[in-house]
Amino acid sequence: MDVQPKKEVITIKDLCAGYDNEPVLEHVNLTVYEHDFIGLIGPNGGGKTTLIKVLLGLIPPRCGEVRIMGLPVEKGRKYLGYVPQILEFDREFPIRVWDVVRMGRLRKRRIFHPYKQEDNDQVEEALRAVDLLDEAQRPLGELSGGMRQRVYIARALASEAEIMLLDEPTSSVDPQISTSIFELLHSLNEKMTILMITHNMSAVSAYTKTVGCINRTLHYHGGKELTNEMLEATYQCPVDLIAHGLPHRVFPSHPGDEA
Amino acid sequence: MIQFFVEALQYDFMRNALLAGILVSIVCGVIGTYVVVKRIVFVSGGVAHTAYGGVGLAYFLGFNPTLGAILFSLGAAFGMGWVHRKTRQRADTIIGVMWALGMALGIIFLDLTPGYKADLMSYLFGSILAVPTGDLWLMLIMNVLIITVVILFYKELLAVAFDEQYALVENVPVDWIYMLLMGMIGLSVVMLMRVVGLIMVIALLTIPAAISAMYLRDLKKMMVLASVLGMVFTFVGLFLSYTLNLTSGASIILVAGAAYLASLFVQTRKQSG
Repeated sequence: MDVQPKKEVITIKDLCAGYDNEPVLEHVNLTVYEHDFIGLIGPNGGGKTTLIKVLLGLIPPRCGEVRIMGLPVEKGRKYLGYVPQILEFDREFPIRVWDVVRMGRLRKRRIFHPYKQEDNDQVEEALRAVDLLDEAQRPLGELSGGMRQRVYIARALASEAEIMLLDEPTSSVDPQISTSIFELLHSLNEKMTILMITHNMSAVSAYTKTVGCINRTLHYHGGKELTNEMLEATYQCPVDLIAHGLPHRVFPSHPGDEA
Repeated sequence: MIQFFVEALQYDFMRNALLAGILVSIVCGVIGTYVVVKRIVFVSGGVAHTAYGGVGLAYFLGFNPTLGAILFSLGAAFGMGWVHRKTRQRADTIIGVMWALGMALGIIFLDLTPGYKADLMSYLFGSILAVPTGDLWLMLIMNVLIITVVILFYKELLAVAFDEQYALVENVPVDWIYMLLMGMIGLSVVMLMRVVGLIMVIALLTIPAAISAMYLRDLKKMMVLASVLGMVFTFVGLFLSYTLNLTSGASIILVAGAAYLASLFVQTRKQSG
């Protein structure tokens, strides 16, 4: 379809990772291209968070190699905009929306370098993009889950990241809010690459361009839909999941599709 | 009470006590705010109690106990900070053990030191009425040092306090900033030791900031309010201790504790009603 070969932004080759004596990820291979919008699903404990931590350089790989923009993670992570799970946040922490988003500028302003006007401009622009400029001075703890998620997305935007990395972006918001978040991501995808990790099956596929499954190993073929084989390999018990109301759209409905 | 302070200013020891109260309150407001929002009250308590080991060692070897306390509290701050960050399991157990071990060391060193140890109690329970002018200068220097560090590293300290993992991704040297904070806690503990004693340090470090946190949602404003509250508690406590002939450190803590419980009560009423 593309005339030019697409630019590889993240390359994971034969990655193994884990804690102590427990391997969590084994022989994971993944290539993310520019302007991809990838949704990876997997059960809890399947290595989703570990994969994110490896990409952020928070845990070193046991084997294999990870490169971001052709650089090792410690150098390449400056291109990543990380959007953590909102659940992990301490609601009591006294901080305003503006200050949270401005943390995205820390990578540009090292120690002894105060923030500049340019940083404030970027923060303003990011807040406008997620439609939260009016809430800039509100304490973060007062916001709803969906708003907080958008604050974190704004922070990633303020950092001028090229790849957005999201950890369970809709884990604790209601369906309408999650739709609006996906619409926001969908529009952001025009300018940036998005890699999203979730255990919520209904979250993927409707807005993502490609999907994969992760549970110790990664099943990703650059396709748009989850196949029965992928689900079976990931969850071992696909029938059970279907019985619990798995949305049909994640299954191949058009056998002749590009997948 | 105003008359009391007017009269009090005529006495050197009272002037020194009030000045010490002001200096200590500023540190409490600034550092206490970080301790409260970062939820490291327990670690800070450990640092304070371990400092007693330094007092004991100083008596035993015959050097200045304040210096001993500085050595031990800085050592404990870095050690416990490291344990708190690096061990994923049982950090609280290890800190609890270090806490008790520090105190026990202090007691044993003092047992081994012959002679009468006159001002020993002042390290445990404080003696704001006996702060020499030299100590005031030391406190002033520590104040300037701590405030300068906080201003210089404000954005990094905020990032580390708020979300260490994200700060790391932003290439903030999280380990160094965290240890800087622990070092400042160590120094604050020694300053507070003079006023309320090692046993009650943790109360004055955290109560003003904890009350501020109930009303404010901004770190800088919290620091200012906590400093003012610290001064009010020290002054009122000092007044009570002087007029009723009570131990000064304990009086200050009682005032602070009563204020904390009162605002907790008001806050709970407001939320439920």
